[in-house]
Amino acid sequence: MTEMRRVTAIRNGTVIDHIPSGYAMQVIRILGIDTDRATPVSLVMNVPSDKIGRKDVLKIEDRELDQEDLDRLALIAPAASIAIIRNHAVAEKMKVELGDDLLNIARCSFSNCITKNNHEPLPQRMRVISRDPLEVRCYYCGCGQEIDELIENII
Amino acid sequence: MGNLVTMDDLSNDDIIAVLDDAERLVPVARGEILLPLLQGKVLANMFFENSTRTRMSFETAMKRLGGSVLNFSSVGTSVSKGETLYDTMQMIDGYADVAAIRHPRQGAAQYSADAVRIPILNAGDGAGNHPTQTMLDLFTIRQAHESLDGLNVVLVGDLRYGRTAHSLSHALVRFGASLTLVSPTSLKMPVEIVSDLRSHGADVTETESLNEQITGADVIYMTRIQKERFPDEEEYTKVAGIYKIEATDLVGAKEGMIVMHPLPRVDEIAPSVDSTKFARYFQQAFNGVPTRMSLLCRSLGVKVPKKVK
Ligand SMILES: Nc1ncnc2c1ncn2[C@@H]1O[C@H](COP(=O)(O)OP(=O)(O)O)[C@@H](O)[C@H]1O
Ligand SMILES: [Mg+2]
Ligand SMILES: [Zn+2]
Repeated sequence: MTEMRRVTAIRNGTVIDHIPSGYAMQVIRILGIDTDRATPVSLVMNVPSDKIGRKDVLKIEDRELDQEDLDRLALIAPAASIAIIRNHAVAEKMKVELGDDLLNIARCSFSNCITKNNHEPLPQRMRVISRDPLEVRCYYCGCGQEIDELIENII
Repeated sequence: MGNLVTMDDLSNDDIIAVLDDAERLVPVARGEILLPLLQGKVLANMFFENSTRTRMSFETAMKRLGGSVLNFSSVGTSVSKGETLYDTMQMIDGYADVAAIRHPRQGAAQYSADAVRIPILNAGDGAGNHPTQTMLDLFTIRQAHESLDGLNVVLVGDLRYGRTAHSLSHALVRFGASLTLVSPTSLKMPVEIVSDLRSHGADVTETESLNEQITGADVIYMTRIQKERFPDEEEYTKVAGIYKIEATDLVGAKEGMIVMHPLPRVDEIAPSVDSTKFARYFQQAFNGVPTRMSLLCRSLGVKVPKKVK
């Protein structure tokens, strides 16, 4: 059974497929989707996937993701496939890509990091050490970031 | 360019070159030869946290080479009025040719290096890195063992917060060292560092007990359990004073083994060790001078002559 049949089709918006199972809510959070507002969001969780075991799928109406959204999404869902839907049809397909250098995407979790001083005019910066398994360190203090914590700390 | 923030800023060849230069600078460090290589240059000593040895040896190193030094301390200055590190460093960018920075927050040296044009030497950032200490440690080790290759090094004490141990172990594995990390469980080397060391192919053993490690060691590197890095007193008293070396503990040690310590010590090394042939920590403290002279020259792009006389 496809997701198409699990939820209603949308006219305009974005479909985010292949989110790791259980992470759809985090994706909603980092995309800044205001769940109190009227934008319809359909959420499919824990469905079987050939690519990643089980997955979540999100369909967001009337919102097209931009490159900045994709860069942040990459931390949570490095294997996500994005389809922009216009007039009920797939108008564009995009893949997320996790860069080596993450500028202003997430805050360092280490309490004694120089970045904890809010007055310093510095960008938040992370280095991606490895992708699978995902290993990310703060560019400044060098501390390894717990992935769940890092996702919590996405700006 | 010219920055030294972590040991990754130096290749193995760079390390050897800096140590070779430092070796030739020893008579200059002792004041026996006058060599004003850095005449007219200004070093800013930016110490946002207390230090005796590091700050003073930077100052001596600069002055022995004919340069001058601006000493900054964060007490009673614009920093206590809330000036950002960024702004403070902008000021110094205009006053000095090179800066050594010590800061309580980890990552402060990298941040400073990004913020200014002059080269930055990291003189210790929180529990992060302390690469100029590492260079003088390597200098001391090479002086005793003639080479840095394939040594058995035992690091003891606070390996969690001890930035000296972090930088040194990174450097040593690049020269094929086998490392034994001796610490209480609460002060173990951070996992990401241990994983880095192992991914360099290093043989790394972690243990809580020091006694069995003495006979196989080429270097025993003691560190102080740093009270100021502990979140609470109780955690500190649990582990304070657990590793102590007396002269009698060193009876079975290898002939050329050396005992090192970044100093200050509390009670990790008994005074009875001072007069043994193993003690190398006071020599190590002096070695900070030629090593930092060499590093200052490197940062400023000044060549140390092949013959110093
Ligand atoms: N009008 C639509 N409304 C909602 N979801 C759609 C719509 N069109 C396509 N999708 C979904 O977008 C994703 C990509 O679409 P498509 O390119 O047809 O599939 P695939 O790339 O899996 O072959 C699929 O998850 C599909 O179910
Ligand atoms: Mg710079
Ligand atoms: Zn950090």
